Amino acid sequence: MIEVKDVYFTYPTGVEALKGVSLNIRNGEFVAIMGQNGAGKTTLVKQFNGLLKPTKGEVLADGVSTRNVSVAQLARKVGFVFQNPDHQLFSETVEEEISFALRNFGFRETTLKRRVTWALNLLGLTEYRKTSPFMLSGGERKRVALASVLAWNPKVVILDEPTIGQDHRQKEILRQFIVQLNAQGKTVVIVTHDVEFVAECSPRVVLMAQGQIVADGDAKRILTDPDITLRASIVSPQITQMFRGLADLGLPTDVIDVSEAKKIILEYLEASSVERL
Amino acid sequence: MAIIETKNLTYTYPGGTKPSIRDVSLTIEKGEFVILTGPSGCGKTTLCRCFNGLIPHFYSGQLKGELTVAGLKVIEHPIYEMAQRIGLVFQNPENQLFALSVEKDVAFGLENLGLPRDEMTKRVDWALQMTGIEELRQRAPHELSGGQQQRVAIACVLAMQPDIMVFDEPTSFLDPLGAQKIFEVINELNKKLGVTVILVEHRLDLASKYTDHVIILDDGKIVLNGKPKEIFNSQTARLIGVGIPKATRLWQMLQENGIKLEGVPTSSDEAARLLREVLKA
Repeated sequence: MIEVKDVYFTYPTGVEALKGVSLNIRNGEFVAIMGQNGAGKTTLVKQFNGLLKPTKGEVLADGVSTRNVSVAQLARKVGFVFQNPDHQLFSETVEEEISFALRNFGFRETTLKRRVTWALNLLGLTEYRKTSPFMLSGGERKRVALASVLAWNPKVVILDEPTIGQDHRQKEILRQFIVQLNAQGKTVVIVTHDVEFVAECSPRVVLMAQGQIVADGDAKRILTDPDITLRASIVSPQITQMFRGLADLGLPTDVIDVSEAKKIILEYLEASSVERL
Repeated sequence: MAIIETKNLTYTYPGGTKPSIRDVSLTIEKGEFVILTGPSGCGKTTLCRCFNGLIPHFYSGQLKGELTVAGLKVIEHPIYEMAQRIGLVFQNPENQLFALSVEKDVAFGLENLGLPRDEMTKRVDWALQMTGIEELRQRAPHELSGGQQQRVAIACVLAMQPDIMVFDEPTSFLDPLGAQKIFEVINELNKKLGVTVILVEHRLDLASKYTDHVIILDDGKIVLNGKPKEIFNSQTARLIGVGIPKATRLWQMLQENGIKLEGVPTSSDEAARLLREVLKA
Protein backbone atom coordinates (compact mmCIF):
# COMPACT_ATOMS: atom_id res chain seq x y z
CA MET A 1 0.00 0.00 0.00
CA ILE A 2 2.83 2.38 0.92
CA GLU A 3 6.32 1.81 -0.45
CA VAL A 4 9.16 4.02 0.70
CA LYS A 5 12.32 3.48 -1.35
CA ASP A 6 15.58 4.83 0.06
CA VAL A 7 14.12 8.23 0.84
CA TYR A 8 16.17 11.23 1.90
CA PHE A 9 14.52 14.46 2.88
CA THR A 10 16.06 17.83 3.70
CA TYR A 11 13.95 20.77 4.85
CA PRO A 12 14.57 24.17 3.19
CA THR A 13 16.26 25.22 6.46
CA GLY A 14 18.94 22.60 5.75
CA VAL A 15 17.79 20.14 8.41
CA GLU A 16 18.25 16.61 7.11
CA ALA A 17 15.19 14.86 8.56
CA LEU A 18 15.29 11.54 6.68
CA LYS A 19 18.51 9.77 5.79
CA GLY A 20 17.87 6.75 3.61
CA VAL A 21 14.56 5.32 4.80
CA SER A 22 13.05 2.22 3.18
CA LEU A 23 9.77 0.80 4.36
CA ASN A 24 6.90 -1.30 3.03
CA ILE A 25 3.46 -1.09 4.56
CA ARG A 26 1.10 -3.74 3.24
CA ASN A 27 -2.61 -3.28 2.64
CA GLY A 28 -4.51 -3.79 5.90
CA GLU A 29 -1.52 -3.48 8.22
CA PHE A 30 -1.50 -1.63 11.53
CA VAL A 31 1.80 0.15 12.08
CA ALA A 32 3.04 2.39 14.88
CA ILE A 33 5.91 4.69 14.02
CA MET A 34 7.77 5.49 17.21
CA GLY A 35 10.85 7.40 18.31
CA GLN A 36 11.97 10.51 20.14
CA ASN A 37 10.84 14.02 19.25
CA GLY A 38 12.81 15.05 16.18
CA ALA A 39 13.53 11.48 15.05
CA GLY A 40 11.76 12.09 11.72
CA LYS A 41 8.46 10.32 12.38
CA THR A 42 6.14 13.08 11.18
CA THR A 43 8.42 13.92 8.24
CA LEU A 44 8.18 10.29 7.16
CA VAL A 45 4.40 10.00 7.28
CA LYS A 46 3.98 13.31 5.48
CA GLN A 47 5.71 11.58 2.55
CA PHE A 48 2.90 9.00 2.44
CA ASN A 49 0.26 11.43 1.19
CA GLY A 50 2.59 13.74 -0.70
CA LEU A 51 2.48 16.63 1.77
CA LEU A 52 6.27 16.39 1.51
CA LYS A 53 8.08 14.94 -1.49
CA PRO A 54 11.40 13.12 -1.18
CA THR A 55 14.60 15.07 -1.83
CA LYS A 56 16.00 11.76 -3.06
CA GLY A 57 14.34 8.37 -3.49
CA GLU A 58 10.69 7.58 -4.13
CA VAL A 59 7.41 6.97 -2.34
CA LEU A 60 4.57 4.94 -3.87
CA ALA A 61 1.09 5.25 -2.38
CA ASP A 62 -1.22 2.50 -3.65
CA GLY A 63 1.19 1.98 -6.54
CA VAL A 64 1.39 5.64 -7.59
CA SER A 65 4.52 7.75 -7.13
CA THR A 66 3.73 10.75 -4.92
CA ARG A 67 5.72 12.92 -7.33
CA ASN A 68 3.15 12.43 -10.08
CA VAL A 69 -0.09 13.31 -8.31
CA SER A 70 -1.44 16.20 -6.26
CA VAL A 71 -1.98 16.06 -2.51
CA ALA A 72 -5.72 16.45 -3.16
CA GLN A 73 -5.77 13.27 -5.29
CA LEU A 74 -3.71 11.35 -2.76
CA ALA A 75 -5.85 12.56 0.15
CA ARG A 76 -8.83 10.59 -1.15
CA LYS A 77 -6.82 7.42 -0.50
CA VAL A 78 -4.52 8.47 2.29
CA GLY A 79 -6.23 10.46 5.07
CA PHE A 80 -4.04 12.41 7.45
CA VAL A 81 -5.08 13.48 10.94
CA PHE A 82 -2.75 16.16 12.27
CA GLN A 83 -1.14 16.20 15.68
CA ASN A 84 -2.49 19.63 16.54
CA PRO A 85 -6.20 19.78 15.63
CA ASP A 86 -5.99 23.57 15.48
CA HIS A 87 -3.92 23.19 12.30
CA GLN A 88 -6.86 21.44 10.71
CA LEU A 89 -10.11 22.87 12.11
CA PHE A 90 -11.63 26.11 10.87
CA SER A 91 -15.41 25.77 10.43
CA GLU A 92 -18.11 27.33 12.57
CA THR A 93 -19.73 24.10 13.62
CA VAL A 94 -18.53 20.55 14.08
CA GLU A 95 -21.01 19.41 11.45
CA GLU A 96 -19.67 21.84 8.83
CA GLU A 97 -16.14 20.84 9.68
CA ILE A 98 -16.86 17.20 8.92
CA SER A 99 -18.87 18.07 5.80
CA PHE A 100 -16.15 20.24 4.29
CA ALA A 101 -13.90 17.60 2.71
CA LEU A 102 -16.88 15.46 1.68
CA ARG A 103 -18.29 18.40 -0.23
CA ASN A 104 -14.90 18.98 -1.90
CA PHE A 105 -14.74 15.35 -2.93
CA GLY A 106 -18.16 15.80 -4.53
CA PHE A 107 -20.30 13.53 -2.36
CA ARG A 108 -24.06 13.92 -2.86
CA GLU A 109 -25.91 15.81 -0.07
CA THR A 110 -27.81 12.72 1.14
CA THR A 111 -24.66 10.59 1.29
CA LEU A 112 -22.85 13.47 2.93
CA LYS A 113 -25.49 13.81 5.66
CA ARG A 114 -25.41 10.09 6.35
CA ARG A 115 -21.64 10.03 6.55
CA VAL A 116 -21.48 13.03 8.86
CA THR A 117 -24.02 11.47 11.22
CA TRP A 118 -22.09 8.20 11.12
CA ALA A 119 -18.77 9.90 11.91
CA LEU A 120 -20.25 12.03 14.73
CA ASN A 121 -21.78 8.97 16.28
CA LEU A 122 -18.61 6.91 15.90
CA LEU A 123 -16.53 9.40 17.85
CA GLY A 124 -19.15 10.35 20.43
CA LEU A 125 -19.60 13.88 19.08
CA THR A 126 -23.30 13.85 18.26
CA GLU A 127 -24.20 16.30 21.04
CA TYR A 128 -21.69 18.80 19.59
CA ARG A 129 -23.09 18.74 16.04
CA LYS A 130 -23.97 22.45 16.15
CA THR A 131 -21.15 23.55 18.45
CA SER A 132 -18.13 25.54 17.31
CA PRO A 133 -15.02 23.31 17.35
CA PHE A 134 -13.21 26.09 19.21
CA MET A 135 -15.60 25.81 22.16
CA LEU A 136 -14.54 22.19 22.68
CA SER A 137 -11.73 20.84 24.84
CA GLY A 138 -8.40 19.79 23.29
CA GLY A 139 -9.31 16.11 23.39
CA GLU A 140 -12.70 16.74 21.81
CA ARG A 141 -11.19 18.88 19.02
CA LYS A 142 -8.87 16.01 18.28
CA ARG A 143 -11.84 13.72 17.81
CA VAL A 144 -13.47 16.23 15.46
CA ALA A 145 -10.31 16.21 13.33
CA LEU A 146 -10.37 12.41 13.25
CA ALA A 147 -14.09 12.31 12.41
CA SER A 148 -13.59 14.72 9.51
CA VAL A 149 -11.00 12.41 7.90
CA LEU A 150 -12.77 9.11 8.57
CA ALA A 151 -15.95 10.52 7.05
CA TRP A 152 -14.58 10.18 3.50
CA ASN A 153 -13.43 6.63 4.13
CA PRO A 154 -9.81 6.70 2.90
CA LYS A 155 -7.96 3.39 2.41
CA VAL A 156 -5.09 4.46 4.61
CA VAL A 157 -5.53 6.49 7.78
CA ILE A 158 -2.52 8.23 9.26
CA LEU A 159 -2.90 9.48 12.80
CA ASP A 160 -0.17 11.79 14.07
CA GLU A 161 -0.03 11.46 17.88
CA PRO A 162 -3.68 10.44 18.27
CA THR A 163 -3.55 9.94 22.04
CA ILE A 164 -2.31 13.42 22.98
CA GLY A 165 -4.83 15.16 25.23
CA GLN A 166 -7.05 12.05 25.31
CA ASP A 167 -8.04 10.62 28.66
CA HIS A 168 -7.86 6.94 29.43
CA ARG A 169 -11.41 6.17 28.40
CA GLN A 170 -11.03 8.01 25.10
CA LYS A 171 -7.79 6.14 24.49
CA GLU A 172 -9.57 2.86 25.07
CA ILE A 173 -12.32 3.90 22.66
CA LEU A 174 -9.65 4.98 20.17
CA ARG A 175 -7.86 1.65 20.57
CA GLN A 176 -11.01 -0.40 19.94
CA PHE A 177 -11.81 1.90 17.11
CA ILE A 178 -8.42 1.46 15.41
CA VAL A 179 -8.60 -2.30 15.88
CA GLN A 180 -12.05 -2.24 14.29
CA LEU A 181 -10.96 -0.06 11.35
CA ASN A 182 -8.02 -2.35 10.86
CA ALA A 183 -10.21 -5.48 11.02
CA GLN A 184 -12.36 -3.96 8.27
CA GLY A 185 -9.27 -3.92 6.10
CA LYS A 186 -8.12 -0.35 6.50
CA THR A 187 -4.42 0.35 6.69
CA VAL A 188 -3.73 2.29 9.87
CA VAL A 189 -0.50 4.15 10.60
CA ILE A 190 -0.06 5.92 13.91
CA VAL A 191 2.81 8.16 14.90
CA THR A 192 3.19 8.09 18.65
CA HIS A 193 5.48 8.06 21.63
CA ASP A 194 2.77 6.71 23.90
CA VAL A 195 4.38 3.35 24.78
CA GLU A 196 1.53 2.26 27.04
CA PHE A 197 -0.93 2.77 24.21
CA VAL A 198 1.26 0.78 21.81
CA ALA A 199 1.63 -1.94 24.46
CA GLU A 200 -2.16 -2.26 24.55
CA CYS A 201 -2.62 -2.25 20.76
CA SER A 202 0.34 -4.47 19.85
CA PRO A 203 0.86 -3.27 16.27
CA ARG A 204 3.95 -3.63 14.08
CA VAL A 205 6.42 -1.08 15.44
CA VAL A 206 8.79 0.91 13.25
CA LEU A 207 11.28 2.66 15.49
CA MET A 208 13.13 5.75 14.26
CA ALA A 209 16.14 7.66 15.54
CA GLN A 210 17.95 10.52 13.85
CA GLY A 211 16.21 10.23 10.52
CA GLN A 212 16.66 6.48 10.15
CA ILE A 213 14.75 3.32 10.97
CA VAL A 214 16.61 1.53 13.77
CA ALA A 215 14.19 -1.35 14.38
CA ASP A 216 11.10 -2.86 12.78
CA GLY A 217 9.05 -5.73 14.18
CA ASP A 218 6.21 -6.66 16.50
CA ALA A 219 5.55 -4.42 19.49
CA LYS A 220 6.49 -6.99 22.06
CA ARG A 221 9.94 -7.62 20.64
CA ILE A 222 10.80 -3.95 20.09
CA LEU A 223 9.46 -2.49 23.35
CA THR A 224 11.10 -5.09 25.58
CA ASP A 225 14.56 -5.00 24.00
CA PRO A 226 16.71 -2.85 26.32
CA ASP A 227 19.37 -2.10 23.65
CA ILE A 228 16.85 -1.00 21.04
CA THR A 229 14.80 1.16 23.42
CA LEU A 230 17.95 2.81 24.74
CA ARG A 231 19.23 3.54 21.23
CA ALA A 232 15.96 5.22 20.25
CA SER A 233 15.60 6.93 23.66
CA ILE A 234 12.19 5.49 24.40
CA VAL A 235 10.99 4.24 27.77
CA SER A 236 9.69 0.67 28.04
CA PRO A 237 6.14 0.10 29.34
CA GLN A 238 5.75 0.09 33.14
CA ILE A 239 4.95 -3.64 33.14
CA THR A 240 8.14 -4.41 31.16
CA GLN A 241 10.23 -2.38 33.59
CA MET A 242 8.68 -4.24 36.50
CA PHE A 243 9.51 -7.63 34.98
CA ARG A 244 13.08 -6.47 34.33
CA GLY A 245 13.37 -5.91 38.07
CA LEU A 246 12.30 -9.51 38.70
CA ALA A 247 14.40 -11.24 36.03
CA ASP A 248 16.53 -13.06 38.63
CA LEU A 249 13.43 -15.00 39.80
CA GLY A 250 13.27 -16.71 36.42
CA LEU A 251 10.31 -14.68 35.14
CA PRO A 252 10.20 -13.68 31.46
CA THR A 253 11.33 -10.15 30.55
CA ASP A 254 9.39 -9.72 27.32
CA VAL A 255 6.01 -8.78 28.79
CA ILE A 256 4.19 -5.57 27.79
CA ASP A 257 0.57 -6.26 28.63
CA VAL A 258 -1.15 -6.26 32.05
CA SER A 259 -3.36 -9.29 31.40
CA GLU A 260 -0.36 -11.31 30.26
CA ALA A 261 1.52 -10.16 33.37
CA LYS A 262 -1.31 -11.36 35.60
CA LYS A 263 -1.34 -14.75 33.91
CA ILE A 264 2.42 -15.21 34.30
CA ILE A 265 2.38 -14.28 37.99
CA LEU A 266 -0.57 -16.54 38.78
CA GLU A 267 1.14 -19.44 37.01
CA TYR A 268 4.38 -18.77 38.86
CA LEU A 269 2.57 -18.78 42.22
CA GLU A 270 0.70 -21.97 41.35
CA ALA A 271 3.90 -23.71 40.25
CA SER A 272 5.73 -22.74 43.42
CA SER A 273 2.87 -23.93 45.66
CA VAL A 274 2.81 -27.28 43.82
CA GLU A 275 6.55 -27.51 44.33
CA ARG A 276 6.14 -26.97 48.05
CA LEU A 277 3.61 -29.80 48.30
CA MET B 1 -1.62 26.25 55.83
CA ALA B 2 -4.12 26.31 53.02
CA ILE B 3 -2.92 28.16 49.92
CA ILE B 4 -5.99 27.47 47.81
CA GLU B 5 -9.45 27.10 49.23
CA THR B 6 -12.71 26.80 47.35
CA LYS B 7 -16.23 26.42 48.68
CA ASN B 8 -19.10 25.29 46.45
CA LEU B 9 -17.42 26.81 43.42
CA THR B 10 -19.72 26.62 40.39
CA TYR B 11 -19.06 28.20 37.01
CA THR B 12 -20.92 28.35 33.70
CA TYR B 13 -19.24 29.73 30.55
CA PRO B 14 -21.07 32.49 28.69
CA GLY B 15 -23.67 30.82 26.49
CA GLY B 16 -23.14 27.49 28.28
CA THR B 17 -26.22 25.46 29.10
CA LYS B 18 -24.79 23.75 32.18
CA PRO B 19 -21.98 24.51 34.63
CA SER B 20 -18.48 23.33 33.68
CA ILE B 21 -17.60 22.94 37.35
CA ARG B 22 -20.17 22.30 40.05
CA ASP B 23 -19.99 22.68 43.83
CA VAL B 24 -16.22 22.25 43.95
CA SER B 25 -14.96 22.45 47.52
CA LEU B 26 -11.31 21.72 48.08
CA THR B 27 -8.25 22.71 50.08
CA ILE B 28 -4.69 22.68 48.78
CA GLU B 29 -1.94 23.12 51.38
CA LYS B 30 1.15 25.26 50.83
CA GLY B 31 4.00 23.22 49.33
CA GLU B 32 1.87 20.33 48.09
CA PHE B 33 2.40 18.58 44.75
CA VAL B 34 -1.15 18.02 43.53
CA ILE B 35 -2.22 16.03 40.49
CA LEU B 36 -5.55 17.10 39.06
CA THR B 37 -7.00 14.58 36.66
CA GLY B 38 -10.23 13.23 35.22
CA PRO B 39 -11.82 12.42 31.87
CA SER B 40 -11.49 14.85 28.98
CA GLY B 41 -13.96 17.73 29.37
CA CYS B 42 -14.40 17.12 33.13
CA GLY B 43 -13.56 20.72 34.07
CA LYS B 44 -9.84 20.52 34.94
CA THR B 45 -8.78 23.44 32.78
CA THR B 46 -11.81 25.47 33.87
CA LEU B 47 -10.90 24.98 37.52
CA CYS B 48 -7.31 26.12 36.83
CA ARG B 49 -8.67 29.22 35.08
CA CYS B 50 -10.56 30.03 38.27
CA PHE B 51 -7.42 29.67 40.38
CA ASN B 52 -5.53 32.36 38.47
CA GLY B 53 -8.49 34.68 37.95
CA LEU B 54 -8.89 34.22 34.18
CA ILE B 55 -12.34 33.26 35.40
CA PRO B 56 -14.13 35.64 36.12
CA HIS B 57 -11.88 38.50 34.97
CA PHE B 58 -11.27 37.37 31.37
CA TYR B 59 -14.04 34.83 30.77
CA SER B 60 -17.35 36.35 31.83
CA GLY B 61 -20.10 33.81 32.51
CA GLN B 62 -21.49 33.00 35.91
CA LEU B 63 -19.29 32.24 38.93
CA LYS B 64 -20.78 31.26 42.27
CA GLY B 65 -19.23 30.13 45.54
CA GLU B 66 -16.03 31.13 47.34
CA LEU B 67 -12.45 31.10 46.10
CA THR B 68 -9.33 32.19 47.97
CA VAL B 69 -5.86 31.83 46.44
CA ALA B 70 -2.69 32.79 48.33
CA GLY B 71 -4.81 34.72 50.81
CA LEU B 72 -6.60 36.74 48.12
CA LYS B 73 -10.25 36.57 47.19
CA VAL B 74 -9.83 36.04 43.43
CA ILE B 75 -12.99 37.92 42.55
CA GLU B 76 -11.63 41.12 44.10
CA HIS B 77 -8.16 41.04 42.51
CA PRO B 78 -7.32 41.62 38.82
CA ILE B 79 -5.37 39.03 36.77
CA TYR B 80 -2.05 40.93 36.93
CA GLU B 81 -2.14 40.78 40.72
CA MET B 82 -3.04 37.09 40.74
CA ALA B 83 -0.28 36.39 38.18
CA GLN B 84 2.37 37.35 40.71
CA ARG B 85 1.13 34.63 43.04
CA ILE B 86 -0.04 31.91 40.71
CA GLY B 87 1.51 31.10 37.32
CA LEU B 88 0.07 28.97 34.55
CA VAL B 89 2.12 26.87 32.11
CA PHE B 90 0.14 25.83 29.06
CA GLN B 91 -0.02 22.46 27.36
CA ASN B 92 1.56 23.71 24.17
CA PRO B 93 4.51 26.09 24.69
CA GLU B 94 4.00 27.42 21.15
CA ASN B 95 0.87 29.16 22.45
CA GLN B 96 2.87 30.97 25.09
CA LEU B 97 6.27 31.89 23.59
CA PHE B 98 6.65 34.74 21.12
CA ALA B 99 9.88 36.74 21.67
CA LEU B 100 12.97 36.58 19.47
CA SER B 101 15.20 35.21 22.22
CA VAL B 102 14.68 32.99 25.22
CA GLU B 103 16.02 35.71 27.50
CA LYS B 104 13.52 38.27 26.20
CA ASP B 105 10.64 35.85 26.59
CA VAL B 106 11.56 35.15 30.20
CA ALA B 107 11.96 38.89 30.90
CA PHE B 108 8.62 39.85 29.35
CA GLY B 109 6.40 39.24 32.38
CA LEU B 110 8.89 41.07 34.60
CA GLU B 111 8.93 44.09 32.28
CA ASN B 112 5.18 44.24 32.62
CA LEU B 113 5.53 44.33 36.38
CA GLY B 114 7.84 47.32 35.96
CA LEU B 115 10.70 45.79 37.94
CA PRO B 116 14.08 47.60 38.04
CA ARG B 117 16.59 46.36 35.46
CA ASP B 118 19.06 44.66 37.80
CA GLU B 119 16.26 42.83 39.62
CA MET B 120 14.99 41.66 36.25
CA THR B 121 18.43 40.37 35.18
CA LYS B 122 18.80 38.56 38.47
CA ARG B 123 15.46 36.84 38.15
CA VAL B 124 15.98 35.87 34.50
CA ASP B 125 19.38 34.31 35.36
CA TRP B 126 17.84 32.44 38.26
CA ALA B 127 14.85 31.13 36.29
CA LEU B 128 17.08 29.94 33.42
CA GLN B 129 19.37 28.22 35.87
CA MET B 130 16.53 26.50 37.76
CA THR B 131 15.11 25.08 34.53
CA GLY B 132 18.53 24.10 33.17
CA ILE B 133 18.48 26.22 30.01
CA GLU B 134 21.16 28.89 30.65
CA GLU B 135 22.97 27.91 27.46
CA LEU B 136 19.83 28.62 25.42
CA ARG B 137 19.39 32.24 26.53
CA GLN B 138 20.25 33.83 23.17
CA ARG B 139 18.44 31.25 21.06
CA ALA B 140 15.10 31.87 19.34
CA PRO B 141 12.35 29.93 21.16
CA HIS B 142 10.69 28.74 17.93
CA GLU B 143 13.92 27.00 16.86
CA LEU B 144 14.09 24.87 20.01
CA SER B 145 12.80 21.33 20.53
CA GLY B 146 9.44 20.79 22.22
CA GLY B 147 11.07 19.86 25.52
CA GLN B 148 13.34 22.90 25.47
CA GLN B 149 10.40 25.15 24.61
CA GLN B 150 8.45 23.79 27.54
CA ARG B 151 11.37 24.61 29.84
CA VAL B 152 11.41 28.15 28.48
CA ALA B 153 7.67 28.41 29.18
CA ILE B 154 8.28 27.18 32.73
CA ALA B 155 11.14 29.69 33.18
CA CYS B 156 8.87 32.54 32.04
CA VAL B 157 6.36 31.70 34.74
CA LEU B 158 8.97 30.90 37.36
CA ALA B 159 10.65 34.30 36.90
CA MET B 160 7.51 35.89 38.33
CA GLN B 161 8.31 33.98 41.53
CA PRO B 162 4.80 32.74 42.11
CA ASP B 163 3.80 30.80 45.25
CA ILE B 164 1.78 28.41 43.11
CA MET B 165 2.44 27.01 39.65
CA VAL B 166 -0.24 25.32 37.58
CA PHE B 167 0.87 23.04 34.73
CA ASP B 168 -1.87 22.14 32.27
CA GLU B 169 -0.72 18.85 30.69
CA PRO B 170 2.78 20.25 30.21
CA THR B 171 4.25 17.11 28.65
CA SER B 172 1.62 15.92 26.24
CA PHE B 173 3.63 17.01 23.19
CA LEU B 174 6.82 15.40 24.50
CA ASP B 175 8.23 11.90 24.22
CA PRO B 176 8.45 9.88 27.46
CA LEU B 177 12.07 10.84 28.20
CA GLY B 178 11.37 14.51 27.52
CA ALA B 179 8.29 14.24 29.74
CA GLN B 180 10.27 12.67 32.54
CA LYS B 181 12.80 15.52 32.42
CA ILE B 182 10.03 18.12 32.66
CA PHE B 183 8.46 16.29 35.62
CA GLU B 184 11.86 16.34 37.30
CA VAL B 185 12.20 20.10 36.77
CA ILE B 186 8.71 20.56 38.25
CA ASN B 187 9.55 18.27 41.16
CA GLU B 188 12.68 20.32 41.94
CA LEU B 189 10.71 23.56 41.98
CA ASN B 190 8.37 21.90 44.44
CA LYS B 191 10.93 20.22 46.70
CA LYS B 192 13.73 22.82 46.64
CA LEU B 193 11.82 26.08 46.35
CA GLY B 194 8.62 24.99 48.06
CA VAL B 195 6.46 26.10 45.13
CA THR B 196 2.97 24.63 45.41
CA VAL B 197 2.45 22.59 42.24
CA ILE B 198 -0.84 21.75 40.58
CA LEU B 199 -0.27 19.38 37.70
CA VAL B 200 -3.10 18.60 35.31
CA GLU B 201 -2.14 15.27 33.81
CA HIS B 202 -3.46 12.15 32.12
CA ARG B 203 -0.15 10.30 32.03
CA LEU B 204 -0.25 8.99 35.57
CA ASP B 205 2.22 6.19 34.79
CA LEU B 206 4.91 8.84 34.57
CA ALA B 207 3.72 11.48 37.01
CA SER B 208 2.30 9.58 39.96
CA LYS B 209 5.60 9.12 41.79
CA TYR B 210 5.97 12.84 42.46
CA THR B 211 2.59 13.54 44.00
CA ASP B 212 1.19 13.44 47.50
CA HIS B 213 -2.33 14.59 46.73
CA VAL B 214 -4.60 13.56 43.87
CA ILE B 215 -7.89 15.19 42.92
CA ILE B 216 -10.17 13.59 40.35
CA LEU B 217 -12.95 15.51 38.65
CA ASP B 218 -15.74 13.99 36.62
CA ASP B 219 -18.47 15.97 34.89
CA GLY B 220 -17.48 19.14 36.76
CA LYS B 221 -17.58 17.61 40.23
CA ILE B 222 -14.91 16.30 42.59
CA VAL B 223 -15.31 12.52 42.79
CA LEU B 224 -12.07 11.61 44.59
CA ASN B 225 -9.69 13.70 46.66
CA GLY B 226 -6.87 12.25 48.77
CA LYS B 227 -3.64 10.24 48.89
CA PRO B 228 -2.49 8.78 45.55
CA LYS B 229 -2.41 5.14 46.69
CA GLU B 230 -5.98 5.24 47.98
CA ILE B 231 -7.22 7.04 44.91
CA PHE B 232 -5.53 4.86 42.31
CA ASN B 233 -6.65 1.73 44.08
CA SER B 234 -10.29 2.77 44.27
CA GLN B 235 -12.78 1.23 41.87
CA THR B 236 -14.29 4.65 41.21
CA ALA B 237 -11.10 5.90 39.53
CA ARG B 238 -11.11 2.99 37.13
CA LEU B 239 -14.83 3.12 36.45
CA ILE B 240 -14.87 6.78 35.48
CA GLY B 241 -12.02 6.02 33.10
CA VAL B 242 -8.98 7.51 34.83
CA GLY B 243 -5.81 5.87 33.51
CA ILE B 244 -4.42 4.48 36.74
CA PRO B 245 -0.77 3.34 36.57
CA LYS B 246 -0.37 -0.14 35.02
CA ALA B 247 1.46 -1.35 38.14
CA THR B 248 -1.57 -0.45 40.26
CA ARG B 249 -3.92 -2.08 37.77
CA LEU B 250 -1.92 -5.33 37.85
CA TRP B 251 -2.13 -5.27 41.65
CA GLN B 252 -5.91 -4.94 41.49
CA MET B 253 -6.19 -7.78 39.00
CA LEU B 254 -4.09 -10.08 41.18
CA GLN B 255 -6.26 -9.23 44.19
CA GLU B 256 -9.39 -10.00 42.20
CA ASN B 257 -7.83 -13.44 41.67
CA GLY B 258 -7.58 -14.00 45.40
CA ILE B 259 -3.88 -13.19 45.84
CA LYS B 260 -3.29 -11.52 49.21
CA LEU B 261 -1.19 -8.41 48.74
CA GLU B 262 0.25 -5.68 50.94
CA GLY B 263 0.58 -2.02 49.94
CA VAL B 264 -0.36 -0.44 46.62
CA PRO B 265 2.37 0.16 44.02
CA THR B 266 2.18 3.15 41.69
CA SER B 267 5.56 2.69 39.95
CA SER B 268 7.39 -0.24 38.33
CA ASP B 269 10.16 -0.27 40.98
CA GLU B 270 7.65 -0.39 43.78
CA ALA B 271 5.65 -3.11 42.04
CA ALA B 272 8.79 -5.21 41.50
CA ARG B 273 9.73 -4.84 45.16
CA LEU B 274 6.27 -5.75 46.49
CA LEU B 275 5.83 -8.58 44.03
CA ARG B 276 9.21 -10.06 44.95
CA GLU B 277 7.98 -10.52 48.52
CA VAL B 278 4.84 -12.30 47.30
CA LEU B 279 6.69 -14.54 44.86
CA LYS B 280 9.35 -15.56 47.35
CA ALA B 281 6.92 -16.26 50.20
